[in-house]
Amino acid sequence: MYRKLKTRVIPCLLLMNHGLVKTVKFREPKYVGDPINAVKIFNEKEVDELIFLDITATREQKRPNFELISSIATECFMPFCYGGGIRTIEDAKALFSLGAEKISINSNAMDNPDFVKTVSGLFGNQSIVVGIDVKKNIFGRYKVYHPGSQALTDRDPVDYAVLAEKNGAGEILLNSVDRDGTMTGYDFELIRRVSERLSIPLIALGGAGSAADLADAVIKAGASAVAAGSLFVFYGKHRAVLINYPGPAELDRLFLEGIAIHEQRI
Amino acid sequence: MITIIDYGMGNLGSILNMLKKIGADAVISSSITDIGNAEKLILPGVGAFDAGMRNLAHLNLIQTLKYKVLEKKTPILGICLGMQLMTEKSEEGTLSGLGWFKAETKRFSFNGGNNLKIPHMGWNYLSVVRENNLFRQMAETSRFYFVHSYHAVCRDPADVIASTFYGYDFVSSVNRDNIYGVQFHPEKSHKYGMKVLRNFAENV
Repeated sequence: MYRKLKTRVIPCLLLMNHGLVKTVKFREPKYVGDPINAVKIFNEKEVDELIFLDITATREQKRPNFELISSIATECFMPFCYGGGIRTIEDAKALFSLGAEKISINSNAMDNPDFVKTVSGLFGNQSIVVGIDVKKNIFGRYKVYHPGSQALTDRDPVDYAVLAEKNGAGEILLNSVDRDGTMTGYDFELIRRVSERLSIPLIALGGAGSAADLADAVIKAGASAVAAGSLFVFYGKHRAVLINYPGPAELDRLFLEGIAIHEQRI
Repeated sequence: MITIIDYGMGNLGSILNMLKKIGADAVISSSITDIGNAEKLILPGVGAFDAGMRNLAHLNLIQTLKYKVLEKKTPILGICLGMQLMTEKSEEGTLSGLGWFKAETKRFSFNGGNNLKIPHMGWNYLSVVRENNLFRQMAETSRFYFVHSYHAVCRDPADVIASTFYGYDFVSSVNRDNIYGVQFHPEKSHKYGMKVLRNFAENV
């Protein structure tokens, strides 16, 4: 039994209006089911944590869906993080009162760096995750994507992540737009570049295609935790919708074996 | 009736939900009357030490709590910040704590040479140091959700009932008579947390 801090493996669920959706490279959201049902299933599978991201709230200038979040909180006996459309301290306070452990701020953290500082000061930095979506520009350079305006900025993700940490973020949720929904593996180069400059945890997201990818992102690229969408929502070659999650024994084995193999190679 | 103390900090809804799920009678309240009448108390807490002590003071709860806990010996469970408030003081703040344990709250500090991030965040395990009612019949593989940057340091080893490893062994649960504290969040720890809350509701 690996008696040290267990690496977190986190299903990341995208919300659009009242349903769960999945995207590919941030496009063509496809309905995959009811969020409360998914929470119940993940509860039974003893998932470490859940992340819910409302992908249209900021873009459509809507506030978080408090009713839905309240239902999620009632069903959820593990920590969850909520992101999407959080703009004010009142929003943050309401979410924590409803039972969210953490909130994730993405576009609004770029637009309002003070907001992160304020929330972090009031609620503790462990309550605030800064989401950073990254896409390669036409020259192949990693740049930060601004989901609220659906535009690529000229900001360097590493510099921005370091700044977010300085502003009080407790964690960085680093998402690869290019790998999103493709199940072709995480972008290790990107993860490595950011994680080496941070002292706060980095959650890798975007591209996980197999359980082995989960361990690799941690062992080979330095992520502190791993998140995935498609991997836990689709099953098999034909991507049938089926909520799934590796069992505790399989996760232990993956991480232990992965570490053993990695250590042999050094 | 278990009263979950509402002093403006913490995940009260989740604690109430889990207690309801195990069939325990519980209520969230900040009223001195409800706290005075409680058979058992839960002191939750997420946030900063000084904010916690300040809120308790503003709600005039400190005297009532001291009376209930130290004189009436009402069982009380402190969760996360709630447990830290039971110590004498914290490096996180300047105010005094409740001082129910001969302990101080200190920030995690590693001597370099490890890559461990602060806060300690995630699922970790307990080494139960002393048999007690809170962890009775707990599965060997039990794991719990932690999220904190500070931890208690006890001067009296008899107060420590469990420790957890994160860079070093730190105190993850305390107990003296009717007073219990857990650094982790049982309300966010699935069936493992449910077992701890059930033990508190039924066996303590």
